[in-house]
Amino acid sequence: MSTPTVVRSGAQASGRTGSQTLRKHPPLYRRRTRAAWGFALPFVLLFVTFTAGPVLMSLGMAVTDIRSRDLRNPFAVEFVGLDNFVTVLQDPLFLKAAGNTAYFVLVGVPLTLGLSLGIAVILNAGITRFKTLFRVGYYMPVVTSIVAVAVVWRFLLHPDAGLINEVLGWVGIDGPHWLASTTWAMPSMIAMATWRSIGTLIIIFLAGLQGVPTSLHEAAALDGANAWQRFRNITLPTMRPTLLFGAVITGIGYVQFFEEPFVMTQGGPLNSTLSVAYQTYNQFGFGNYGYAAAMSYVLFLAVVILTVIQFRFLGERDTPRRRRLWRRRPAPTAVARQEIGR
Amino acid sequence: MSTTTGRTQPPPTEPTTDAPVQHRTKERPIGEARPNPFAYLILGVGLIVVMSPFAWMALSSVKSAGEIRQVPPTWWPEAPTLDNFTALFERLDFPQFFANSTIVATAVTLGNLVFCSMLGYVLAKSEFAGKKLLFRLVLGTLMIPGMVTLVPLFVMVANMGLVNTYMGLILPFLAAPFGVFLMRQFFLGIPDELIDAARVDGASELRIFLQIVMPLAKPALATLAILTFLGSWNNFLWPLVVATTEDKYTLPVALALYSTGQNQTDYGLLLAGAVVVVVPVLVVFLILQRYFVQGVAMTGIK
Repeated sequence: MSTPTVVRSGAQASGRTGSQTLRKHPPLYRRRTRAAWGFALPFVLLFVTFTAGPVLMSLGMAVTDIRSRDLRNPFAVEFVGLDNFVTVLQDPLFLKAAGNTAYFVLVGVPLTLGLSLGIAVILNAGITRFKTLFRVGYYMPVVTSIVAVAVVWRFLLHPDAGLINEVLGWVGIDGPHWLASTTWAMPSMIAMATWRSIGTLIIIFLAGLQGVPTSLHEAAALDGANAWQRFRNITLPTMRPTLLFGAVITGIGYVQFFEEPFVMTQGGPLNSTLSVAYQTYNQFGFGNYGYAAAMSYVLFLAVVILTVIQFRFLGERDTPRRRRLWRRRPAPTAVARQEIGR
Repeated sequence: MSTTTGRTQPPPTEPTTDAPVQHRTKERPIGEARPNPFAYLILGVGLIVVMSPFAWMALSSVKSAGEIRQVPPTWWPEAPTLDNFTALFERLDFPQFFANSTIVATAVTLGNLVFCSMLGYVLAKSEFAGKKLLFRLVLGTLMIPGMVTLVPLFVMVANMGLVNTYMGLILPFLAAPFGVFLMRQFFLGIPDELIDAARVDGASELRIFLQIVMPLAKPALATLAILTFLGSWNNFLWPLVVATTEDKYTLPVALALYSTGQNQTDYGLLLAGAVVVVVPVLVVFLILQRYFVQGVAMTGIK
């Protein structure tokens, strides 16, 4: 453990807050730091070994030509700089996977968000009885194993014996061969992912909706605003931090789109459901560790970019509420308490 | 809000269209209008759509092989049979898979309860050097895709000789950033005065944690336990990679491996397997559902 380094950086960080007392390091503060790191140690050890370590190893792999057979003889590995990244970006299969992932994210995220917001609003507005039933019902797919989901959905989507085409047949539609069609396989994946994800978002949005002050609604209603105007001008702006949170967690999950095609289509037909994460998994399977690690970092970059875009798009700046949510700064009272030594 | 400003609203000429204003009571403010039959209709249809895969799964698992493939499909089983379930236990070693899933999920849950609450507590209630860095590090890893660590993690676990062991299945998940975040959010809500009072009385940090903070944190611990247990129970990719022989398969791995290849056509067996994987989870969920709601809401809003 490099405790001294950590302590120093922490001291610098607290020095930046501009408090003179912190720089002096009162003995109580030091003692509390020791106690706190004692509490943190078990987690930090596990975290460094099984999370931080592998992340750095992966970065190391990404700039080398390491393959699975090199594991016995790590010195045969050569540093290749950014070559892997260049190869990734020129690989037609990667580009195909990137396109598929973009399709999945661009359609799936708004669909999931919109649907769950709609359901949450209706639940919040027009429902007094069976609220728990609805909430629990919509959440059930979230707690269900993807493997079991796959078994059922493969069956539901079966062209002849499946429930979905049967229902479509009632209204005279001849349902397609869902999972074997390059056109319909991806929409099937999106439907499945949406079905699996709305439960969480509904609960988050319900919590957010309860934070919308009813006095605002009452005032607006007295001024003659109708339900849609109140939703558009009161609910949505107040819900912004919650919407942002929902968009970010959904986006992070959807960019890593992997399980649905893995258990349903194996990326087919004709790679139409191959995602970047799936392609990375395949390359790891082929033993192209360096190449796959580079691809996984491209995926990471995509997650970061999407998150930044969402913050730009949905995040507000300089409102007290947002700062409280996303940047917890130490309150002046905390500094004062330290000074006194509590 | 721009509703009231910059907009010339004519006063509501027809009071009847604004019925909620007139008939509203204290229990039902305007934001929550009167129960609307359309709302029930929409939500009910949605619920049927969401639940029908489960119903279909349960009903079809007691159908015979012939009926499952029947075109057009039947909804209600014509001749219910438990053959699929007996096959599951006779042809496959499902009790073993069930035990494996239980062992791994229990161990992972216990580990997370201890380690995450310890770190979450100091991150919420203690000022110390390195706190910010630690919190950012933990939070930052929430964004890193699982694919990034998959192979290095596997290589490391292999070097430790833990492939195809319970330890290999458990250790990488013992300390999850999500748990720290959840516990920290909860501990932030515990009043400082309580902890300060104990300090004044001379209690050690460990004693404060064990005797004052932890008993208060029961709802959060329950939430974390449920979410972690389920996550571990349903975890698929890592056990698939690490468990190499049948005696270490967890339920999802077993189900996935039997649902590919020639078994793919044995829908009855697979549906029965899916029921065995899903039903325990759903029962636990239905009993403890309010903790789920709390947990999700807690990480979402605070």
